[in-house]
Amino acid sequence: MPRRIFWLLLLLIAFVPSVQAHLESGGASSLLSGLLHPVTGLDHVVAMVAVGLWGAVLGAPAVWLLPVAFPMVMALGGLMGMLVVPLPGVEIGIAISGVVLGLLVLFERRIPLVAALALVGVFAMFHGYAHGRELPDGSNALLFSLAFVGSTGLLHLLGIFLGEIRRWPVGRRVVQITGALIALTGVWFLLEIS
Amino acid sequence: MNPIFGHLMETGFGGFYDGIVHLLITPADLLVVMGLSLLAGQQGPAGGRVLLAVLPIAWLLGGGFGQPFAVADSFDALLIVWFTIVGVMVALDRRWQLRWLRLIGLFSGLLFGFGNGASMGPQGPIAQELLGGVSTVAVITAIVSAQVAANSYRWLSIGCRVGGSWIAAAGLLTLGVHLKG
Repeated sequence: MPRRIFWLLLLLIAFVPSVQAHLESGGASSLLSGLLHPVTGLDHVVAMVAVGLWGAVLGAPAVWLLPVAFPMVMALGGLMGMLVVPLPGVEIGIAISGVVLGLLVLFERRIPLVAALALVGVFAMFHGYAHGRELPDGSNALLFSLAFVGSTGLLHLLGIFLGEIRRWPVGRRVVQITGALIALTGVWFLLEIS
Repeated sequence: MNPIFGHLMETGFGGFYDGIVHLLITPADLLVVMGLSLLAGQQGPAGGRVLLAVLPIAWLLGGGFGQPFAVADSFDALLIVWFTIVGVMVALDRRWQLRWLRLIGLFSGLLFGFGNGASMGPQGPIAQELLGGVSTVAVITAIVSAQVAANSYRWLSIGCRVGGSWIAAAGLLTLGVHLKG
C-alpha cells in the first residue's frame, strides 16, 4: 500500500492541473514541446535508441550506467551550445554517432566500461550541443528541460527494452538488423552533410 | 523571480493551501526536495531521519529571513546550480557522512526557503503560506526518503540514479537558458 501511495503522489505532482494551466503554447514554455523536441529529428532518435540497444548488448553495469551518464553529458553539451562555446564538426559527429553505435550493435562489440562511457559521452556532447543551439527561447525553461531530458531517457529505455529480445535467437537477429539500419541511417546523414 | 520558479497561487482555500500549491507548482523547489529526499534515502533510514529533521526547519527559517527581501536574477542561477549539484550527487550514489547530509539539508533549506519567503513578499500574513510550503517539504521528504531507504529492488536504486541524472541534466539546460537571457 505505501508504494501505491508513493506512485500516486508522484503522478499527482506530475499532472497537477495548476502546472498545466501555466503552460503556454510553443517554444521552451511548454512541457509538450520539451517532450517532442528530441523525437523530431531522426538523427537524434536513432542514436538515442542505439545507446539503449548497445547498453543491452554490453549488459550490466553498462546497461544502466549509460542512461545515468548520457543525460548529464548531453546537458553539458547543451549548455555549451546555448553559450555558443565553439565545438567543431557537430553535425558530422552526430552522423558518425549513428554509424558507430549501429555497427557496435550489429557486431555485438563489447568494450571496457570506461571506454564505452567515454565514447557515448563524446556522442552525447555532440547531440546536446546541437539541441542547445536549437533550443527555443521561453519562460518555462525548467519544465521544458525536464520534459526534454525525460523524453531522451525514454528513447534510451525503448532501446534497452528492444535489446532485451536478444534473449531469443530470433530477437538477437532483429537487434543486429536494427543496428545495421541505424548505421545505414548514419551513413545517409553523412552523405547529406557532404 | 523568474516565472520558471513559480509564484504564489490563490487556491481559495486559504494561505496554508496556497503555500502547498506554491511548492508543488515551483519546479525548482520540487526538484531540490525530490533530489535531497532521494539522496537521503540512498544513505539509509538514518539519512532520511536527518533530512526530515533539518530540511523543513531550515526551509521555515530561510522563508522567515527572506520575506522582507526581493531576490535578483543571480539568485535564480544559484538555485539552479544548487539543485544541479544535488542531482549529480544522487546520480553518483555515494555514501556521505550524516554530518555532511545535515549541512547539505541545512544549506538547501535556508537557500530555497529564502527564495520562497522573498517570492511570497512582505505584504499580508504569510506565515500560513510558509507553513503550508514547509509541511509539503516535510511530507515529500518523509515519503520519498523512506521509500528509497526501504527499497530492496535493484531497479529502483538504478531509477533513483537516473532520476538524479535527469535533475542534474535539467538543471544544466535551465542554467544555459538562464545565462543566455
